[in-house]
Amino acid sequence: MVKNLMGTFVTDFKERATAKTGDLRHRQFIRTALRGYETARDRRKGAFQSWESARQAAAETKWQAINHLDEHLVSLTSKLEARGTKVHWASNGAQAREIITQILRDKKAKCIIKSKAMTSEEIHLNHALEEAGFIVVESDLGEFIVQLRHEAPYHIVFPSMHLQRGEIRELFQRELGDAPSDTPEDLTMVARRVMRQKYIQADVGFTGGNFAIAETGMISITENEGNSRLTSALPKTMITLMGIEKVLPRFADLALFLPMLATAGAGQPMTCYNTMYSGPRQPGEPDGPEEWHVILLDNRRTELLADPEQRDALHCIRCGACLNVCPIFRNVGGHTYGTTYSGPVGSVITPHLRGLQDWKHLSNASTLCGACTEACPVKIDLHHHLLQNRRNASASKPAISERLAYKMFGVVANEPMLWSAAKKMGWLTQPLQKMVKGSALDPAKAWTKTRDLPPLPQESFKDWWRNRKRTKS
Amino acid sequence: MSEREKILGRIREALQVKAPLPGSHGDAGDHLPSTAPPVAHARDWLPLVGTTPEEQFELFAKNCADLKADFQLLASRDELKAALAKIRDAEKWQTVASHDGELSNFASQSLGLPVLLTDKGYDVQALEKCDAGITECDALVAQTGGVAVTSRSTGGRALSVLPPHHVVVARREQLVADLPAAFAFL
Repeated sequence: MVKNLMGTFVTDFKERATAKTGDLRHRQFIRTALRGYETARDRRKGAFQSWESARQAAAETKWQAINHLDEHLVSLTSKLEARGTKVHWASNGAQAREIITQILRDKKAKCIIKSKAMTSEEIHLNHALEEAGFIVVESDLGEFIVQLRHEAPYHIVFPSMHLQRGEIRELFQRELGDAPSDTPEDLTMVARRVMRQKYIQADVGFTGGNFAIAETGMISITENEGNSRLTSALPKTMITLMGIEKVLPRFADLALFLPMLATAGAGQPMTCYNTMYSGPRQPGEPDGPEEWHVILLDNRRTELLADPEQRDALHCIRCGACLNVCPIFRNVGGHTYGTTYSGPVGSVITPHLRGLQDWKHLSNASTLCGACTEACPVKIDLHHHLLQNRRNASASKPAISERLAYKMFGVVANEPMLWSAAKKMGWLTQPLQKMVKGSALDPAKAWTKTRDLPPLPQESFKDWWRNRKRTKS
Repeated sequence: MSEREKILGRIREALQVKAPLPGSHGDAGDHLPSTAPPVAHARDWLPLVGTTPEEQFELFAKNCADLKADFQLLASRDELKAALAKIRDAEKWQTVASHDGELSNFASQSLGLPVLLTDKGYDVQALEKCDAGITECDALVAQTGGVAVTSRSTGGRALSVLPPHHVVVARREQLVADLPAAFAFL
């Protein structure tokens, strides 16, 4: 359990943000990477006959899924169980970790190989398993790299996008003793050599899930590398951890969601591997896990569900498109947020999943440009949700100084004589303010440290109007 | 009460209050205006796929190339044998794996190399040493340049992904236009 002293999360955020925005090399690198993504994404969107109609249909499908969530989860579970899958329900991270650890103990497992699952980051699974004495191997190349660096993933879709090839080569040389060059192909081959035997020797394979199909009882997993396919083919036991909100009503819905996820997420027409799992090894099949455990995770998603204004934040398909277009994300990077889900959608949901007062600052770290809302393939109203978080945070814990300042402004603005007096005070004190601007003597230093107040006009509008009338008549 | 009942209980309670429909500017709704599933018109919005088989093969070839897969349209079994032999020599294959299917048997046996068949179970280390996995497929999808396979139709889960090379042998008639068609088929 992390104990937070008042303001620690926001202080950490500001420190990291200041450091990262000052790192021009990092900003340039991220900007170049994301520009490449944008070009590919726009080409793919252009190939759609109507991307906007597709978005509306996707939004409506997810609305159906989330607003009938209980029915869909019941259908999903019964269809999965009919084919021999064991379905578990976890109200929170601790329960999920306990279920997973118990399965590993029951199977007398030593090594677990994982394919990418942001929910496993959310519940801090790796750390718990390693503490319990299990060996955990990340098979997704990006996750494998950040695991070697003892770092959190930088981006929900591209965990190691912040690293240049040279850095990865050095890392491999240091940790694996082997890296012939820094080309992506050679680096991938190094990881591949390390990984192949691990798939074969692992006792348990662990995956996340992109979509859960209620109609047919399937979990759909999307990936480029094939590591999920191997994780679900070779080990004797397979565990899948998934948030309850990943549900889709029908199998046919995937025909829309798979291309949209690929387009918005990575600028691809389709991701390399899209696999639908409907059970463990069935009679007559030559391979596949003997046991498949699916763990449905709540972890405060039902609280977000109970907020009808922001319920559509649960429509998120974790494509990462909003991160990629966000001017804040592009400049401070994923690690600055200090939490599993970063960028606009992370800023919207983290206050719900981890506490409003602790995480409200993320909703303030926004220019409200609306690029995220426009980019979202399922039309989540992200930037308005940030405003709603701000409103909710200040309603539940009003800032006295803010309230006082607004009240005083109201008094002065409603009294013409006071307003006149304030104007004259402004003219007199502005030169003084310029002298102390940004320093400890400046009462408005939080504002003026990075902003310039323009010179107050010599003649106010009222005075100009009054003089104009006089000269006219 | 089990965790299942607790979670479902919280969901049902949360859903007692309605949420706005997408694109409705905040008006809460009970259900969508139309009874047809939203994706019923997906074909109208997904990328165009052409109407003739020629157009669709062309689209398939182009999408395949984007995904860095090598696609060859062959006229006869002799051409298939020659094409496979060419890859075998270029890649220096020594053993291959396959499953028991009419076309996959023809392909794997034409190479003159030891063939590991996975249908009745196999030794994983032996599969790991195979240079290529040769499988049939359920469909070729023009819209995406992808191949639809199931573990039932392609000798299990690992055959199409563990060996470093995956060769799919398909019949011309197996080409379908788009994902909705492939899904209907599956």
